[in-house]
Amino acid sequence: MDLNYSPEETVFRDEVRAWLKDNLPDELRDKVVNYEELTKEDLLRWQKITAERGWGAPDWPEEWGGTNWTIVQRHIFEEECGHAGCPPRIPFGVSMCAPVLHQFGTQEQKQRFLPDMYNGDVFWCQGYSEPGSGSDLASLKTSAVREGDSYVVNGQKIWTTWAQYADWIFCLVRTSTDFPKRQQGISFLLMDMNTPGISVRPLMLMDGGHEVNEVFFDDVRVPAENLVHEENDGWTVAKYLLGHERLGTGNTGASKREVLRLKELAAQQHKNGKPLIDDPRFRDRLSRVEVELMALEITNLRFLDQMRGGRAPGAEVSLLKIRGTEIQQALTELMLEAVGPFAQPFRSLHATDFDQHTASIAPRYCNYRKTSIYAGSNEIQRNIISKASLGL
Amino acid sequence: MNFDYSEEQQLLAQSIRQFLTKEYTFAARQAVIESDQGYSEQVWATFAEMGLLGLPFASEVGGFGGNAVDLMPVMEAIGDGLIVEPYLASVGLGGQFIARGGSQAQKQEILPALVTGQCKLAFAQTEREARYNLAHVACRAEKTENGYTLEGEKCVVLHAPCADKLIVSARTAGQTTAADGISLFVVDRSAPGVTLTSYRTIDNLRAADMRFAGTVVPAEALIGQEGQALPLIEAVVDYATALVCAEAIGAMQFANDTTLEYLKTRKQFGVPIGSFQALQHRMVDMTIICEQAKSMACLACVKADSADADERRRIISAAKIHIADACRHISQEAVQLHGGMGMTEELKVSHTFRRLTMIAQTFGDADHHLERFAACG
Repeated sequence: MDLNYSPEETVFRDEVRAWLKDNLPDELRDKVVNYEELTKEDLLRWQKITAERGWGAPDWPEEWGGTNWTIVQRHIFEEECGHAGCPPRIPFGVSMCAPVLHQFGTQEQKQRFLPDMYNGDVFWCQGYSEPGSGSDLASLKTSAVREGDSYVVNGQKIWTTWAQYADWIFCLVRTSTDFPKRQQGISFLLMDMNTPGISVRPLMLMDGGHEVNEVFFDDVRVPAENLVHEENDGWTVAKYLLGHERLGTGNTGASKREVLRLKELAAQQHKNGKPLIDDPRFRDRLSRVEVELMALEITNLRFLDQMRGGRAPGAEVSLLKIRGTEIQQALTELMLEAVGPFAQPFRSLHATDFDQHTASIAPRYCNYRKTSIYAGSNEIQRNIISKASLGL
Repeated sequence: MNFDYSEEQQLLAQSIRQFLTKEYTFAARQAVIESDQGYSEQVWATFAEMGLLGLPFASEVGGFGGNAVDLMPVMEAIGDGLIVEPYLASVGLGGQFIARGGSQAQKQEILPALVTGQCKLAFAQTEREARYNLAHVACRAEKTENGYTLEGEKCVVLHAPCADKLIVSARTAGQTTAADGISLFVVDRSAPGVTLTSYRTIDNLRAADMRFAGTVVPAEALIGQEGQALPLIEAVVDYATALVCAEAIGAMQFANDTTLEYLKTRKQFGVPIGSFQALQHRMVDMTIICEQAKSMACLACVKADSADADERRRIISAAKIHIADACRHISQEAVQLHGGMGMTEELKVSHTFRRLTMIAQTFGDADHHLERFAACG
């Protein structure tokens, strides 16, 4: 048993670390570590920077720009990016739509969409959830009716992250209701967000941020060539994507950075004249989260070690998602409590000495409630483990 | 990076599993714990034959030079089978003091006998007021012309009743909680002036409260330097803590396996109770906690002998915090999901519950280790 990276992996880690130090722009890093909202330009800029280094889409096939890294190298890269404070990779194009195109797309579709994604020229979003279809995704109703060379799309998507930035959207739509099972009759369709009939309405969240939207489709004509895979068999695509989506959801690199941040913060705050970090009640709770994070980090490595032989990730990914998000949420909660009364100030009106940093902590706590809800709620993840690993 | 057991470790694990299923069945164990001695000489002899007693010791004394990771499969099996023989006390604690701090003469006298099963050891450290503070030693050793005279009490010395020799901590200088002035001695359990009040523990081990009244030991009984034993005690207890974490993994895995089996077979309302989501999610949480605990046990065993004492302390405490929490959660849930049956003496899970309950606070509970972890920065 050896828990250390191999010499080659250590060299790789140092290379990534050094590259990030030289290439992650301070403005981007500052926004990330100070929990400021990232613009479309910020997100695409980071994609462009990684693309220039040839690291724009590590897990793609090599012919399209993939790095041919081992699973451990990919993990190291994600960890280092998280720890350094990089903007998140825009997941919808490079990490979600692209794997689908690699697996199911035609050569034309690949050539048309992949290079723009890689180079950060086109911003993608994901149209899955609907008002009546959350965890029960197969109940979706947005319809696409074939008329000649087009599909005519009508319906509504919801929780569409960054739809306000998006140039394109990939959607699950219902192309038929004539099948016995609801999973049948669904298709995977790509749409230009500028197509007439598509409108985006912001859903403002309790942290004051604009991340998610409702997207409405009103007689939207989509060229039939934008269909990926066979008509009515989109569920196969959706399932493939789900299996592809969640490795690295533990986010341990970023959480380690947040622990350091929390310790700094708790050292600056005072309780009874002593630094808060020396208060046993606070300290114990911080320690338990640190220990839980340590355990998750090792668990993550154990799973990677098991998958090295090429075994596909299974329900382990659900474990990482559950624990990773619980830790992220616990950290935001401890930060909120660490700053005490200063968690309250929210938006500066006229004050000149307004502390933007402490003011961002409560909104972030609010915002992070999303993590146990999105990407398959933690309850759905438990259902997956229950069925897939335990056979219940 | 590699989390697998080596081929040798796997073979060892396999042979212990075979021993467990063939010879250390739940019924066989019941007979052992109800016997007068509370352990089986035959099992102990088998352990010696299998090479388990020599696993961590040097080849010069008949051992195999293994590290804490080599002992992990053994400890997991001990947890799984709820083995009551004094393995941790003899191999994980007593023998370690001799191997790490003992003189050549002590090593030659004790370790070969330990390896062949002729000598069992116990560690007499805990005192009434000490709780988990290893520096709290009130028991005194007065220097005499030819050696030392021990005076004082020790409590809950696990496996003392069957031990041939005891490793006893006693103060040769300083105040009760001073870091300096603690010494270790090898004392025959049958030496004059040593009295034991023996009893059974809640998890069916044997232990004793001990009294040393004018117990005379020769100068050669001292382990290492006089008054300088605390770092050795800390190192050995950290090592044993890593081992008990591995034992907990075996016990938790059993608790989870048997609970899952119960959920699939027990029927109510005409269906297996495992079809209820309220129970499924609890079982999933037990599974997640066990996986996380395994990771921490691996980490603890890999770092148990780290040359960097600060790193070792930090990791061992982190592991013990996690394992203590996991022991509580899994043992309680296992009983709950078994319903009334989980409470009964006749079901093994209630015995596993008791062992996990005790492991949670062996060598320090979560609060103790939270304090130590925080002190590491």
